[in-house]
Amino acid sequence: MKRLHPKTVQKIAFRILFGSTLLVILPVLLILGIILYKGISAISWEFLFAMPRNGMMAGGILPAILGTLYLVAGAILFAVPLGVGAAIYLVEYARETSLSRLVKLAIVNLAGVPSVVYGLFGLGIFVTFFGLGASILSGSLTLGIMILPVIITSSREALESVPKSFRVISLSLGASRWQTIRHSVLPHALPGILTGTILGLGRAAGETAPILFTVAAFYLPRLPASIFDQTMALPYHLYVISTQVPGVAENVRYGTALVLLLLVLILNLTGIIIRSKFRKRKKW
Amino acid sequence: MSMRLRKIREWIIEKAIFLTGFASIVFVILIFLFLIKEGGSLFRSQGMGGFLFGKNWYPISEPPQFGIFPLILGSLLVTLGAAAISVPIGIASALYIAEIAPKRTREILKAGIELLAAIPSVVIGFIGMVTLGPLIKSVFHLSTGLTALTGSITLAFMAMPTIVSIAEDAITAVPRSYREAAIAMGATVWQTTWRIVVRAARPGMLAAVMLGLGRVIGETMAVMMVTGNAAIIPSSILQPVRTLTATIAAEMGETVQGGAHYAALFAVGIILFIITFAVNGLADLYLHKRSRKS
Repeated sequence: MKRLHPKTVQKIAFRILFGSTLLVILPVLLILGIILYKGISAISWEFLFAMPRNGMMAGGILPAILGTLYLVAGAILFAVPLGVGAAIYLVEYARETSLSRLVKLAIVNLAGVPSVVYGLFGLGIFVTFFGLGASILSGSLTLGIMILPVIITSSREALESVPKSFRVISLSLGASRWQTIRHSVLPHALPGILTGTILGLGRAAGETAPILFTVAAFYLPRLPASIFDQTMALPYHLYVISTQVPGVAENVRYGTALVLLLLVLILNLTGIIIRSKFRKRKKW
Repeated sequence: MSMRLRKIREWIIEKAIFLTGFASIVFVILIFLFLIKEGGSLFRSQGMGGFLFGKNWYPISEPPQFGIFPLILGSLLVTLGAAAISVPIGIASALYIAEIAPKRTREILKAGIELLAAIPSVVIGFIGMVTLGPLIKSVFHLSTGLTALTGSITLAFMAMPTIVSIAEDAITAVPRSYREAAIAMGATVWQTTWRIVVRAARPGMLAAVMLGLGRVIGETMAVMMVTGNAAIIPSSILQPVRTLTATIAAEMGETVQGGAHYAALFAVGIILFIITFAVNGLADLYLHKRSRKS
């Protein structure tokens, strides 16, 4: 058999690679398209801003939307100070020792812990051990720990992208280490940190497993009274109406998926836009 | 503000920063401790062997049986299926995006991959349940479309962003001079890609695959919604299965806190924690090896 010409082989190989890429990308568009097409008819003023009625058969999804917003806000309040602090430690203070290596390994592993295991952890420590019960507080803390690696990693990248000369100049002018970080490094890293925070938000908003046992209410047609109250949440609500409650109208299911998807995508898009603007503006 | 006060303030801030630095280690340890605290009793009452290799998961029968062998097989089957689909396609896409696609196309494709990463797993599970499930049911003439295969395809899709983006990083990190040398010797772009770039990027690609699989093993909601949730030892990929993660998520709501079933689910969590810890640690080792070399 005659060997194929290398150019022919190349042509075939490129086609295969291109086809594989389409296999990844086309379903993404398909998913978005299907949800938009089938869910848009459910979206109405009432759907977004009313309480559910009749055991979720009618009414809106307001408590689920607000519940998710509360949870995400709580998670961010907890995770951002911790995460940015950890990133400052790793970039500005830690030397390359076995200890800082251990911190990095812990971050990698924290990022890899399955979301349902975070749920177990939250149940064990916040709900039971600290006696917070199934509450917004427990859920927020659990989600906060889960998105910590996201925030640390992107804050680290943001801090590392600030040129060394900024620090050297500030220190040489007699500023202390913290003054240098506070005034010469952090302002330039801020957009990157913001991006990471928003991406973390998006992640927290969409997660279901960590809130299953720590906060999420099956059906609670009222708004939570305090952070010690349970609440409905969008992702769990979608799970409930698509698997646990028979007879919910199809467009309500798709509509709920659409609202969740839009919430998460808008958050992500904001993060990506800030990032690209920042990259363009960067002069060094 | 006096110098002294400022010094004290900075001292406090810096100590606080050190503390946050170690928060990750503390959380990893806490997670493990609390899993042991709640689930450890099961290993004492049941024994490690009976737990891992017991063939029956009947948590609510009398007496209950907590053998997670069917669940381990369920997870394994779904994960291997997902790997068989996502590894070749993911690596091929990464090669296309990094080496072949023109700049504009590359940016669009990367945005698409990021979009995929952003879709919540419960949404993917929902779509898999209402579109892929019925499709598999009718193609294979099954009584239910919620099978291990449905789970594998769904999870393969969810592993893509991890595999593609990390593999792409690894490919991009291969020094330009390698490619230039190969092209200068008369190799085609494809020959260069296949014989030089892929070989040089191998450790990073391996890490990409492992991190992708780590994601697959730990995925919960989507897999619970599309695999049919039957805790039996599967004999084919076209049967419903139950994974480790789905078992915890589906059953925790029915348990009594502190009871045997409750402890058993935490024990499943311990197993999951150990598996993902090993997978991620190993992947990190590969990534670390690469960055040290270059």
